[in-house]
Amino acid sequence: MDLHTITAVRRPGSRSELALGPGTTVLAGGTWLFSEPQLDLHTLVDLGGLGWPPLEVTGSGLTIAATCTLRRLAAFRGPGEWSALPLLHQCCAALAGSFKIWHEATVGGNICLGLPAGPMIALTVALDGVAVVWPAGGGERRMAVAELVTGVRRTALGPGDVLRAVEIPASALRARTAYQRIALSPLGRSAALVIGRRGEDDRFSMTVTAATERPYQLCFPTVPTAQELTSALAGISRWCADVHGARDWREHVTGLLAEKIRGALS
Amino acid sequence: MRLDINGTTAEADPAPGQCLRTLLRQLGHTDVKMGCDTGDCGACSVLVDGEPVHSCVYPAFRAQGRSITTAAGLGTPDDLHPVQRRFIDAAGFQCGFCTPGMVVTASALDDPADPDLPELLKGNLCRCTGYRSIVDALNARIRVLDADCGNSRAVQSSLHPERGSGVGESVWAPGGRGVVTGTEGYTLDVAPAGLLHLAVLRSPHPHARIRSIDTTAAEGIPGVRRVLTHRDAPAVAFSTARHHNRLDDPDDTLVLDDVVRFRGQRVAAVVAESIGIAEQACRAIAVDYEPLPAVFDPQRATEPGAPLVHGDKGAESRIADPDRNLVAELHGEVGDVEVGLAAAVAVVEGTWDTQRISPTSLETHCCVGWLEDGSIDGAGRLVLRTSSQVPFLVRDELCRLFGLNREQVRVLTGRVGGGFGGKQELLTEDLVALAVLRTGAPVQYEFTRSDELTVAPCRHPMSVTVRVGANADGVLTALAIDVLADAGAYGNHSPGVMFHGCHESMGVYRCPNKRVDARSVYTNNLPSGAFRGYGLGQVMFGIECALDELARKVGLDPFELRRRNVVIPGDALVASSEHRDDLMFGSYGLDQCLDLAEIALRRGNGVAAPPGWLVGEGMALAMIATIPPRGHVAEASVSLDPLDPASLEAGGDYILRVGTAEFGNGTTTVHTQIAATVLGTEPERIAVHQSDTDAVGHDTGAFGSAGSVVAGRAVHSAATELRNRILARAAALTGVTDGRLGPVGVQCGQRLVELAEMAPLTAHACHDGTPRSVAFNVHAVRVAVDPRTGRVRILQSVHAADAGTVLNPEQCRGQIEGGVAQGIGSALYEELRLDGQGRVLTAVLRNYHIPQLADVPYTEVYFAQTVDELGPFGAKSMSESPYNPVAPALANAIRDAIGVRPHEVPMSADRLWRLITKR
Repeated sequence: MDLHTITAVRRPGSRSELALGPGTTVLAGGTWLFSEPQLDLHTLVDLGGLGWPPLEVTGSGLTIAATCTLRRLAAFRGPGEWSALPLLHQCCAALAGSFKIWHEATVGGNICLGLPAGPMIALTVALDGVAVVWPAGGGERRMAVAELVTGVRRTALGPGDVLRAVEIPASALRARTAYQRIALSPLGRSAALVIGRRGEDDRFSMTVTAATERPYQLCFPTVPTAQELTSALAGISRWCADVHGARDWREHVTGLLAEKIRGALS
Repeated sequence: MRLDINGTTAEADPAPGQCLRTLLRQLGHTDVKMGCDTGDCGACSVLVDGEPVHSCVYPAFRAQGRSITTAAGLGTPDDLHPVQRRFIDAAGFQCGFCTPGMVVTASALDDPADPDLPELLKGNLCRCTGYRSIVDALNARIRVLDADCGNSRAVQSSLHPERGSGVGESVWAPGGRGVVTGTEGYTLDVAPAGLLHLAVLRSPHPHARIRSIDTTAAEGIPGVRRVLTHRDAPAVAFSTARHHNRLDDPDDTLVLDDVVRFRGQRVAAVVAESIGIAEQACRAIAVDYEPLPAVFDPQRATEPGAPLVHGDKGAESRIADPDRNLVAELHGEVGDVEVGLAAAVAVVEGTWDTQRISPTSLETHCCVGWLEDGSIDGAGRLVLRTSSQVPFLVRDELCRLFGLNREQVRVLTGRVGGGFGGKQELLTEDLVALAVLRTGAPVQYEFTRSDELTVAPCRHPMSVTVRVGANADGVLTALAIDVLADAGAYGNHSPGVMFHGCHESMGVYRCPNKRVDARSVYTNNLPSGAFRGYGLGQVMFGIECALDELARKVGLDPFELRRRNVVIPGDALVASSEHRDDLMFGSYGLDQCLDLAEIALRRGNGVAAPPGWLVGEGMALAMIATIPPRGHVAEASVSLDPLDPASLEAGGDYILRVGTAEFGNGTTTVHTQIAATVLGTEPERIAVHQSDTDAVGHDTGAFGSAGSVVAGRAVHSAATELRNRILARAAALTGVTDGRLGPVGVQCGQRLVELAEMAPLTAHACHDGTPRSVAFNVHAVRVAVDPRTGRVRILQSVHAADAGTVLNPEQCRGQIEGGVAQGIGSALYEELRLDGQGRVLTAVLRNYHIPQLADVPYTEVYFAQTVDELGPFGAKSMSESPYNPVAPALANAIRDAIGVRPHEVPMSADRLWRLITKR
């Protein structure tokens, strides 16, 4: 929709020109920003001019620029030993928006929106993603994506902070993964999105999103027993309740999906 | 900036926050539609450098230097893109509002017949078709006849050769080429010079008195032309609901009121040079509210001491009892229900609750108005082009509101982008009329999708208590319902919905003891209104579920229980009173429908349930009057005039003038088929001038499924009269009295009298919508339910319909499939959720889930073989009714599967899981 209160779009070519003041926000794909009135905003800062390479394979893993579109991510083909790569496409398909949205929507935008069902949150948390943040005051700050998203539409980003990229360690990409999702309709917005990961060192993690107000990553030294998994899930306190599913049902189906994943990775 | 649009370079200067959709429309590309403006529905899909995007969430400035392709750029009506062709061949649209976006998206698929179509098309919503015909289009299946528009041959009906061309054949929709290329004109696809935009300031309170409004700051904003408040509005109460008899609906609404009764009600309107300025000005209006006590629960609203929503109204408002929040009530009994229940060996009693549903036509409510020929005080008149099912009724009410006479107001529609009852309401036209009259300038008002989901009337939520008893043979001894409907803050359709909902649902069963108690009550929730089925869907959900339970108790198959109790010709059609009206059996096919559905269900379709899922079967039936009661009048005229500009433009010989709007109901197709059949010509030779108060004298409107059977009868009569005149003229010219009328003229012996020799000739006709017949539907399903998650999968879906003579089989099938899809949405997914304080939580389509392709199974459609003695060529209505039995059929199948009876819709996975867990 038209954002009538927007009076300017800036397109910085370097970080020094970012300068996000009050009423100003960053524009990546725009697929969410343009989907709601933004009455508190007057200026958009288009990140497109910064020229961040969308996907970089580095010595330590994969760096996904915040501005990388879901389409590029879904189409990424990496080293053969990265057995976790099918998750990329799976998580893009978990977006309620269509493949046409993938052309524009970005990984960083999805994460910073902080919705329970944000599939890029699920993906990057499940793969131990580290958020590279450009704080407003300069420098660089790294934190787990699991810590970045703190609640429904809430993140740990301060005013003027910008998410630059997410770094995925190669070890996570070499892990075996399993993915489960449920919604109130076959292709509807996720009510629970659960991803399991079993590393080469056997370490195991279960990432729970969509059913919870913030992402949870439950870590185990090895594949947990059903009992251990259940008691770890019981430790989750912030189950989500909204029009995409009742709280008790989401908690219940999360248990089912997690157990299925545990079985698949055992 | 510069961009390329459909191969032509364009210069544009978009606003910083503008999206590509509005930029393209500004540049004249009106084939790019607004269905949601939030990236959910896909109606605005375009290609950017060959990649499909939702242009409503694509920043316009990013189009710089890019190449944009819209639906109109893919092909033109004379040179269709192959995908566009396929949509015509498969009848892959109804209202057609989603079609340009659908076509653009399909054109970008590597393989249009991709097995993963549900995923690929999840961002393209269609509210009309139920998607089967769209899938057929993508698979290049041909479903309609003569889509090549072959004027060279008369279409001979294979079903009814004696009827000549047209009727009984799947003729393609006349507007098809325009629809698939996006060139068919919808409401806002015109932009008069100097167009102003209207925005509305809405109430943040559920109930409040406006102490004062300060508009000074708003008026000072450059570009603001007028601020309208209750001080500017006529002090004439009306109803947003429109019926033939305006007294059917309570006069409880003002264009702008100094009391607001629900969150989101209009407080003020701003007319400005842009929508952005108008919205900014709305935010600058200072309103001092005195909050008033509010009531949100309909049961609470009936209790003594409850806040009164319209306590200030008197008898002139025709509210049943303003002092009890009672919009309307109905209490009636035949026989003695208590005696009947006492005599029963099996009794079922229960309460079934239905939710709020949004009609969700893809085109939102919208209207553009202007003055024609100068000021209204002089020779000028007010012209409104609006998205309405009832342009004539809108005109009449506007005349009443603004003290104008009929000659001073013209109301017309373009093609209407869906209705489903929601556009039998006057929701935009009054404000636009006021704005045009006060500014003298053209003004446009367009609802956002959030307006549709938060303030436009929704389906009435109802609580339906059923008591039903049967003897040992399963024969009903008593049937009683007690209905409580939440009218919301304004009465509008509440009386009609309540009466209708309690009528055919009860009347379809033969039972000596029946009772109806029904109340529709005001609350401070958003208003409820007309919705497909008009109350029957809610009440039938209760009755058909109760009868299913009764069948279990007496040990009968549910089909058999119905057979023992449904009315048959000769029975009186009784709901709760012996009073007889004009409803009769013009034909009867319910017996066939029950057989067809049962046979198909027993036959099965080979689709297996996933391992571990529970399987169940269920059915429900529905009866509906073919025409609304209390008057429904349509006029039509047919002219032979090949030289008339309308004929010339369409390349035809005849002009058909009729009031009925085309909004996907397909009446235009049917009307041209009827006229073509009578006149011995092809549908393509008939130009249609429709839904315009200038076209004919009156048309009550396209609601209550009346388009085919009322206006269709008028068209039939007018065409027949014209045919007689043509033959008489030919006889006068040749002296041959037994001439045959054909596509080019009248064959009188050896001589062919060409049509042009006899033109111009015109015949008029009128049909008054009485007496009325009954149509029937039976839906049957086999479902699987995952007991661990509550998810439902429909394994087989069967629908049998008694539509009388099926005038256009493919189109009628499409109406049924669309109704079934909407029924599935209502049964499993859709719900306008409120917070208990009148706030709607489901304000965008992401949160209000209408069926996607993935949600709708293939439905087997069967037609009973009947010929109605009242309808045109023996046809009956078939547009609302297929919706009605779907939710109870699904509920009954789910009950069969899980062993617990659902009592509320939607039967979402989380609710069913709770039921299963508690069993």
